[in-house]
Amino acid sequence: MQVTLKIKRFNPETDKEPWWGEYKVEAEATDRLLDALNHVKWYHDGSLTFRRSCAHGICGSDAMVINGSNRLACKELLRNLGEHITVEPMRGFRVIKDLLVDMDAFLAKYRSVKPYLITHTPEPEKERLQSPRDREKFDDTTKCILCGACTTSCPSFWANQDYVGPAAIVNAHRFIFDSRDEGAAERMQILDSVDGVWRCRTVFNCLEACPRGINVTRAIGEVKKALLYRKL
Amino acid sequence: MAQRYDAVIVGAGGAGLMAALQLAGHGQVAVLSKLYPTRSHTGTAQGGIGAALGNLEEDHWEWHMFDTVKGGDYLVDQDAAEILCREAIETVYDLEHWGLPFSRTPEGKIAQRPFGGHTREYGKAAVRRSCYAADRTGHMILQTCYQQCIKNQVHFYDEYHVLDLLIEQGRCAGVVAMCLATGEIHTFHAKAVLFATGGCGKMFRVTSNAHSLTGDGMAVAYRRGIPLEDMEFFQFHPTGIYKMGILLSEAARGEGAILRNASGERFMERYAPTLKDLAPRDMTSRAIYQEIREGRGIDGKNYVHLDLTHLGKDVLDKKLPDITEFVRTYLGLEPLRELVPIQPTAHYAMGGIPTDVEGRVVIDEKNTPLPGFYAAGEVACVSVHGANRLGTNSLVDILVFGRRGGRHAAKFIKENDWAPLPAKADEPARALISGLKNSGGKERPADLRDALQDEMMEKASVFRDAKGLTAMREKLRELRARYRQAKIEDQSACYNTELLEVIELGGLLDLAEVLVESALVRQESRGAHFREDFPKRDDPNWLKHTLAYKGEKKVDFRYKPVTITKFEPKERKY
Repeated sequence: MQVTLKIKRFNPETDKEPWWGEYKVEAEATDRLLDALNHVKWYHDGSLTFRRSCAHGICGSDAMVINGSNRLACKELLRNLGEHITVEPMRGFRVIKDLLVDMDAFLAKYRSVKPYLITHTPEPEKERLQSPRDREKFDDTTKCILCGACTTSCPSFWANQDYVGPAAIVNAHRFIFDSRDEGAAERMQILDSVDGVWRCRTVFNCLEACPRGINVTRAIGEVKKALLYRKL
Repeated sequence: MAQRYDAVIVGAGGAGLMAALQLAGHGQVAVLSKLYPTRSHTGTAQGGIGAALGNLEEDHWEWHMFDTVKGGDYLVDQDAAEILCREAIETVYDLEHWGLPFSRTPEGKIAQRPFGGHTREYGKAAVRRSCYAADRTGHMILQTCYQQCIKNQVHFYDEYHVLDLLIEQGRCAGVVAMCLATGEIHTFHAKAVLFATGGCGKMFRVTSNAHSLTGDGMAVAYRRGIPLEDMEFFQFHPTGIYKMGILLSEAARGEGAILRNASGERFMERYAPTLKDLAPRDMTSRAIYQEIREGRGIDGKNYVHLDLTHLGKDVLDKKLPDITEFVRTYLGLEPLRELVPIQPTAHYAMGGIPTDVEGRVVIDEKNTPLPGFYAAGEVACVSVHGANRLGTNSLVDILVFGRRGGRHAAKFIKENDWAPLPAKADEPARALISGLKNSGGKERPADLRDALQDEMMEKASVFRDAKGLTAMREKLRELRARYRQAKIEDQSACYNTELLEVIELGGLLDLAEVLVESALVRQESRGAHFREDFPKRDDPNWLKHTLAYKGEKKVDFRYKPVTITKFEPKERKY
């Protein structure tokens, strides 16, 4: 099949404003959008710039806005996208070049919620025990690949970029609900702050955007609930 | 201008991060990676990490060691394999203590499942040894190690690409790297450098490897006179998604999935009567190719089926959720009801930069170290994988030897001063970049990469012979000449990923040459290296490691003996 890719372009060294480039690509219906982007880069315009690595939805490099929705380019097959496909960088992050955006602030927010196991009790010689049921409580949020699709789909984040954002909350959830963790109080304090979890207005965009199928809105709701119960 | 660190680690996958954690607090340490650390390829490992915890049935590290040695067709250095299998156990407990969310047994212990080539009592039957977190074990290892680095305030240079290794007065003096965001060339002056840059699967068309797996560390070291060990041994994983190469974990067969040919026959019963579908990867990949050659591929084409239909929804949902989703997303098939088309996919370089068991890079057949230079993970060859790596052992390798390398480097930086920087340390890297940007030629890099990947797939993959390899040698000569005429359209400094891809391609061409030349010389079949013109293993002549050096106009070879401690070489049957 032939597809037409309409890609938002911007080179900081030569462009004052972003512009739209159009590229016709011969491809298989079962090709990924990433394959089509590579085709443009390799055979039409070597300057087209985007991040990519694993090409099967695990590394989290290639989140972008595809036909208006936040998606990973390596998880979208052309047959599901139609013959005319628009591709833009994620919204709310500074565009550096073409589809490549500045992720530094996003990752700083991830780090701010202390995304690591905090324990005070000494480690046993072998593993800490955890029942399959306790393990299940945070299974969903261990899937996060830090692609940024949820945070950049969130109107609260667009309105206030200091908001810690869904991705950071998902990663806090992963530890708060881990029966082995003893750092909930520290994390709760961070999430209870003015730019913490309460900025979430439950719009559900994040849930729709997550390429890993994480129920982001539910995870945020569980963190909110835990905060409320703590106060009571 | 040079920045000075006690230690610089290049690569931020499992091996690099594990090394960083050992060095944290022992000096100024920087981790360079051409990706954000959590994008590293460790994250795509699926099925598990092997360790004889014995949580579900009796198991011992000696059994694991035997399987590793036999799986590697006796080319494994057994002193290293012993360390691998002993330390696997404490490493898994460390990961658990750091918070890794392993799947659990009903009693709450770390869950374990069978995996290819892992057996009890020295080959009697399959054993549950692979410790797993659903089928995203690598993702959880990468996340957990990165989280520990955040906790320990490790300093990262994200999106810096290594261009050169600095050696002065016989010692390692640092690295030169390009900042991708600005295009600036940076010199890192360091007492110790540890390469953990991963593999080079992108020299093949069908591969499970990420776009970024272009052998950068191997190529940089090789060009600086460091040998590459056993590069002819390249593993093809039996079950890649047809045409795309995306990995469908061996964990699927560990959970009971079956390989079937065109007539629906479970053909592995004929090739490995005891372990059947859980035979090691080299044998299973060859069996698939053999079925296809004899006309038993599906519809006469070059693939067979992986049958998951009898596993049931619960196993697919709970134990294999990611690969189930891959099948649905990329093939539009329902694995609960439909058979999955698979073909062998280029997966793992057993060879690499030679190291000793402390992670020190060694540069000759006497294991002479190059002071201050370390390597760990797929970029390195210890050698714990020999001629064929067992499933789950790559995760063990990156963690055990990443840690040992990091620990030794931590000691080294305390006891040693900086080697002097070479004069004009960044000059060769700058010349490389300007040469590529201003080649004046008209060759399209993608055409060269296409030709490399297609031809390597045809002539240097699962089945090899002198005719094909010699033709590949000629092809590589042509491609390397054309590479010097490669044209780069993007002349900007900021995130010039076209330039990056051309640099990467140059490395792949060098490494493909090493692989092909090493494979031509080794006139025997062992593990993943199968020569149709020499189909038998030849211990009297070839029970030895290849060391390939960059010569003036060709690859030069030396050989070093295999360390054998516990298990004498035997014929390999499963």
